[in-house]
Amino acid sequence: MIEAVDLERTYKLGDSDVGALRGVSLSVAAGDYVAITGPSGSGKSTLMHVLGALDRPTAGLVRIDGRDVNTLSDGDLAELRNATIGFVFQSFALLARTSAVDNVAMPLLYRGMRKSARRKLAVEALEKVGLAHRLDHRPNQLSGGEQQRVAIARALVGDPKVVFADEPTGNLDTRNGEEVMKLLGALNADAGVAIVLVTHEPDIAAHASRQIQIRDGRIAFDSAAGRDPAAA
Amino acid sequence: MTVLEGFRVALEALRANRLRSLLTMLGVIIGVAAVVLLVGIGGGAKQEVTSQVEGLGSNLVIVVPGKFELGSAPTVSRLQLDDVDAIARVVGDPNAVTASVTSGEVARNGTREMFTSMVGVTETMTTVFDRPVARGQAISATDVDTRRRVAVLGSEAAEELFGDVDPIGRQLTLAGVRLRVIGVYAERGSAFGVSRDGEIHVPVTTAHRILGTERVDALVVKAPSSDRVEELRPKLEQALVDRYPGEEFSAVTQSQILGTIGKILGLLTLVLAAIAAISLLVGGVGVSNIMLVSVRERTREIGLRKALGARQRDVLLQFLIEAVMLTAVGGIIGITIGVGGSLLIDTFSPVPAVITWWSPAMAFAVSAGVGVFFGVAPARRAARLDPVVALRTD
Ligand SMILES: Nc1ncnc2c1ncn2[C@@H]1O[C@H](COP(=O)(O)OP(=O)(O)O)[C@@H](O)[C@H]1O
Ligand SMILES: [Mg+2]
Repeated sequence: MIEAVDLERTYKLGDSDVGALRGVSLSVAAGDYVAITGPSGSGKSTLMHVLGALDRPTAGLVRIDGRDVNTLSDGDLAELRNATIGFVFQSFALLARTSAVDNVAMPLLYRGMRKSARRKLAVEALEKVGLAHRLDHRPNQLSGGEQQRVAIARALVGDPKVVFADEPTGNLDTRNGEEVMKLLGALNADAGVAIVLVTHEPDIAAHASRQIQIRDGRIAFDSAAGRDPAAA
Repeated sequence: MTVLEGFRVALEALRANRLRSLLTMLGVIIGVAAVVLLVGIGGGAKQEVTSQVEGLGSNLVIVVPGKFELGSAPTVSRLQLDDVDAIARVVGDPNAVTASVTSGEVARNGTREMFTSMVGVTETMTTVFDRPVARGQAISATDVDTRRRVAVLGSEAAEELFGDVDPIGRQLTLAGVRLRVIGVYAERGSAFGVSRDGEIHVPVTTAHRILGTERVDALVVKAPSSDRVEELRPKLEQALVDRYPGEEFSAVTQSQILGTIGKILGLLTLVLAAIAAISLLVGGVGVSNIMLVSVRERTREIGLRKALGARQRDVLLQFLIEAVMLTAVGGIIGITIGVGGSLLIDTFSPVPAVITWWSPAMAFAVSAGVGVFFGVAPARRAARLDPVVALRTD
């Protein structure tokens, strides 16, 4: 599904270079449920962006669904993200003045899908996250937990092969956090969608079947290390 | 994303920020309204002049001393009444030639008083200028030959000096001379606020005696048909040069006068429209400016859209369409105001205004073009945003 070899990602800050990723190799198989943990600033988000085709590595190789990111144009990457990847962000990242159903339908707009078809899929996705009764609510009319469920519906509406969730419970209380984790778990168990969960909370990471720890831009621990020769 | 979808997304974004959208459009609205209004007034002035000159009667040739051209000073006339006969021989019809002398004078009837144009005319005036009397009689050949102290009033002069009383047969004082009113002209309307209806006509010979002169200001010839107008002109000029060797005369036609006035008004309209176009340009810069602010403000939205699959051209299209919609809607509102304003001005003020089809069409095309032109820079900035950087921005 996703294969990364010797990933490096360096940010230029003035004259000095900041190495956010310094040689990361890992692979995520279809249907995997991976938790990436590590202290703040260790490179978790950066890794997620590179694995999710949002960002290009400074060095190294990323293959998503069999396609080498380095050989793809920005437009190809956009299409790749749209077709195979779902994203959930800590801050929900919903369009503020847009209804729940339109927020969920938004990714489908860039598939050239007709409005009626988009709406139908969006309604179904919102039903799956238990928000069939909140279709026309705007984000500011929803609780934090509900907003994150809208974001999950948006991540799954396009029928992705993998969903990346960056601190999805970071802005939620424990009860709403559990609700969100239940949905992600069901998505993985029932639909076989691979999930890459970024978190710094061990309780949340425990939902995943595979644990990866990052420290200073390197993988410090991978519970599936034996299975993955690249991570050795 | 199709263009239609682009419109939908753009419309949503503009509606979400109604007040700002309106303020952004304001520059375009003012610019377009100004263009349409000024072109309307310029066109109205031109049409007014045309109808005034044509209203003089058809196929007229006006003979004046000196050269007739833009910017030349008027020449003092040496034309006299016997020149009318000479010209009549050239035309071959004594009824087709008239002469006049005009002077500003005070007219009085008891306590009623007005400042008016006293025009000394020949008996052919009514036929040449196609100006019938509504009541009473016109000035006759006998009136001219015997220097009768009679007057024919314009409708406004009659109203002002006599009110509701029928002036025919009554006396008035013009330039200190007592005259008897024999007729009142039909209403004619005004040109540039100067009313022909305020004139008082007297026999040209009577005017000569009052003014102590023999001169006439101009001779006017009515050509038998429109195709004879051009043929007559050089003959008329030559006939006068024969009589006054070494001097210059111009026989000008209505179309020449129209052409000259049209040139002046056309230039004026162009200058006004250019000034208005500059304000439209300023409006376009305003659109660009606000779009840049909008792109910055919506960095997260753009990053999100790109993260979820929007390509550069999708974002470019969205912001371009937003800019074009701002200017196009602004253009439509501006056209509405411009056309409405022109109609109001035309109806409620002495200034005429006409709406030509091309000025709103052009204003709309230009404002939409301004949207594309000034929308490109902000739209490109939006399209090129890095989704990761955009998502990390708060
Ligand atoms: N755009 C950027 N420019 C410079 N440095 C960055 C940028 N983004 C992230 N970094 C740096 O890269 C490192 C990893 O960041 P990040 O991946 O966000 O960590 P985490 O998500 O684990 O908190 C940090 O030191 C951070 O300051
Ligand atoms: Mg992070």
